[in-house]
Amino acid sequence: MTLDKFPANGNPIQYTQGDLIPLLQSIQERAGYLSPENVSEVARKLHISENEVYGVASFYTQFRFNAPGRHSIKICLGTACHVRSGQKLMEAIERELHIKPGETTSDGLFDLQRVACLGCCALAPVMQIDDQIFGRVTATRLKHILESYA
Amino acid sequence: MPDLAFRRKSAIENWDHLINNSQPVIYFGMASCGQAAGAAEVRKAVEEALDENFLSAHLINVGCIGPCYLEPIMDVAMPGWARVSYAHMTPAKAKKLVVDALKSGTPPLEDAVGVLEPVENRQTGGLPSFFDQPMLKPQVRIILRNCGLIDPEDLDHYLAHDGYQGLQNALNMRPEEVIEQVRLSGLRGRGGSGFPTARKWELCRAAPGEDKYLVCNADEGDPGAFMNRSLIEGDPHSLLEGLLIAGYAIGASHGVIYTRAEYPLAISRLRTALEQMRESGLLGSHILGSNFNFEIKIKEGAGAFVCGEETALFASIEGRRGMPRSRPPFPAISGLYGKPTVNNNVETISTLPHILRQGADWYHQYGTPNSTGTKTFSLVGKVRRTGLIEIPLGMTLRQIIFDIGGGTEKPFKAVQTGGPSGGCLSAEYLDLPVDYENLKKAGSIMGSGGLIVMDRDTCVVDLAHYFLEFIQKESCGKCVPCRIGTRHLVEILERITKGEGQQDDLDTLEHLAKTISQGSLCGLGQSAPNPVVTSLRSFRDEYEQHIQQGYCPAGVCRDLYQYEISQDACTGCRACVRVCPVDAIEGKLHEPHSIDSSKCIRCRACYETCRFDAIEGKPIQ
Ligand SMILES: Cc1cc2nc3c(=O)[nH]c(=O)nc-3n(C[C@H](O)[C@H](O)[C@H](O)COP(=O)(O)O)c2cc1C
Ligand code: SF4
Ligand code: FES
Repeated sequence: MTLDKFPANGNPIQYTQGDLIPLLQSIQERAGYLSPENVSEVARKLHISENEVYGVASFYTQFRFNAPGRHSIKICLGTACHVRSGQKLMEAIERELHIKPGETTSDGLFDLQRVACLGCCALAPVMQIDDQIFGRVTATRLKHILESYA
Repeated sequence: MPDLAFRRKSAIENWDHLINNSQPVIYFGMASCGQAAGAAEVRKAVEEALDENFLSAHLINVGCIGPCYLEPIMDVAMPGWARVSYAHMTPAKAKKLVVDALKSGTPPLEDAVGVLEPVENRQTGGLPSFFDQPMLKPQVRIILRNCGLIDPEDLDHYLAHDGYQGLQNALNMRPEEVIEQVRLSGLRGRGGSGFPTARKWELCRAAPGEDKYLVCNADEGDPGAFMNRSLIEGDPHSLLEGLLIAGYAIGASHGVIYTRAEYPLAISRLRTALEQMRESGLLGSHILGSNFNFEIKIKEGAGAFVCGEETALFASIEGRRGMPRSRPPFPAISGLYGKPTVNNNVETISTLPHILRQGADWYHQYGTPNSTGTKTFSLVGKVRRTGLIEIPLGMTLRQIIFDIGGGTEKPFKAVQTGGPSGGCLSAEYLDLPVDYENLKKAGSIMGSGGLIVMDRDTCVVDLAHYFLEFIQKESCGKCVPCRIGTRHLVEILERITKGEGQQDDLDTLEHLAKTISQGSLCGLGQSAPNPVVTSLRSFRDEYEQHIQQGYCPAGVCRDLYQYEISQDACTGCRACVRVCPVDAIEGKLHEPHSIDSSKCIRCRACYETCRFDAIEGKPIQ
């Protein structure tokens, strides 16, 4: 695991509290979520309690503790998207997939999350599937987009 | 500093070669917003078209030029021609356009939006300048000057446009002189509160201790604003040059950029740019042969609005829960890792190269005497022309929303400035010149530059509920008024949006708002009630309609209206019948339709589909 250490030098890696968030981020990047095993491993490495790791991880919305679907859908509910009916988009997708935010479809294809702004507010409403962002998503477009992942 | 001079000379040659060459150049707006609009598919289609037709052209990805509503945007520069810009590209359109242009040697003019520099001795086909469009004409582009024009991943492009000239100038001055230049420019912090940048720097420079930190706040927590993202994606070196200038001025040797994890493209642009800097002697020790040493690190945030507050941000960088702490000690004395620290916003820092390159007086000519210079805003919501804009401070909201933004489709209702901590300003504030003091007086704040335009279809109660719910979730929980008080506000607002509001709710809201503002430690809690207080001030009648009549006139609060079809306006086109997901609409072709309210889930699909304004939200009988 490569870690952005500060300050930059060639010394062997000594984990400190400052590495906690980057460490959790890189685990989630690889595994998709933080399993209990991951959390205890991190706690051991940093010489802090598991509780402390959970305390920090649960403070930030980025971290998730259950396994994601094969494709991750994020619906933007930032202000621009809210004003442009982002909530309706969320409801439409809930109807299509029969899941609520935080859940994964029974076939494991999609999981659904809400995010506060993807930075494409001018194209609201906006959604993201894996790394691909879609702007100006209407109900009809939504169907086409989902079908292309089926 | 011979190295950079040499590098710059070859950079200029390369740029000249690019734009004067006999090979066509095609530019794609590939910022996050462009990609969300489908720019990647457009580029792929163009690549295929070139292959299929054995044509060749130089393809370049650029950042966002501002008018996101035109995206995907593609520019075509044919030899002898100015760079011609096209909007709303689709893969099919782009394919045809590029093939036509390359085969005939002439860019098609019909669909062109305008031409970009340079135009001297080149054909323009009589097209206007891209920057003469109504959205762009009133703008002054200083910070955004390179965005959408150069390749953000090519250091040469930046150098060819006077990049790192400001740094060179700064390194030829004493740090105190740099601070003096910034003081004379009148630059105030663009992260929200407008604190004079030079004053913050002086404190930190004077603070005892060798180790000092410069932190760049790129957290951009306001959900609905993207100025910082766009700037970093479109011109990362301008931020990095600014960091070097600020670091030199305050005597720091470490810089940290704290950025949102939701901005992967911005992060990768920064990483690329940092490598280029290191290869060119712009990072590390003895920068450009001087005695100035500086390192820059990127820290990804993990999604917490309160981490935009500087002391919480330091805690987050240190790997702890991002909770604000009380001041003093001020960060200038004891900030990151307990060291003297300056924290500045992305835009503040990106302004520095321009001030150092062109001088404090030059910068001071823009804006108003107390709020100098330009400010970027993300103009979004129900406005026609959405995008990123840069204007001299002092421009009125009316000029911004109507001249630049083209107004709203449905009647204008209000604009929210400053994000969740800001206020909702109704039409009576439209002639307010936008500067730090005026917005504050109006009960709002400048914030980082989000402008959310609302029209008739936006419910102010729902929006106040939205903001408060956001704030309540993001409260770090340290202060009781913020933690408990915002929860009360949310409960009351929720009740009102459900039609269960009580007569004295509005007084309770106002009373609670005061308590929260006065009893909170950080800006999050202090400004949390702003959206409620300001919308209640201008739209009390709308709150009362919710409470007394159980009616949401904007047609947003789902329990407080029902859809009906105006029998006069309906043409019987059946468009609504087709989009209704629950088959609640019935009607024969060419005969007025009707909605079965018991089936309707108020998904709004028919309302948005109808081209005749025949679907109406009415009070529930
Ligand atoms: C809740 C809260 C959120 C904030 N979010 C941001 C932010 O996203 N970006 C930012 O630059 N400043 C933000 N600020 C302001 C910073 O605390 C700080 O004042 C600013 O970054 C200083 O930079 P400046 O002097 O260049 O404006 C926030 C403040 C508060 C209280
Ligand atoms: S005002 Fe709210 S967010 Fe700020 S420190 Fe207090 S509890 Fe935390
Ligand atoms: S509010 Fe949805 S992308 Fe910004």
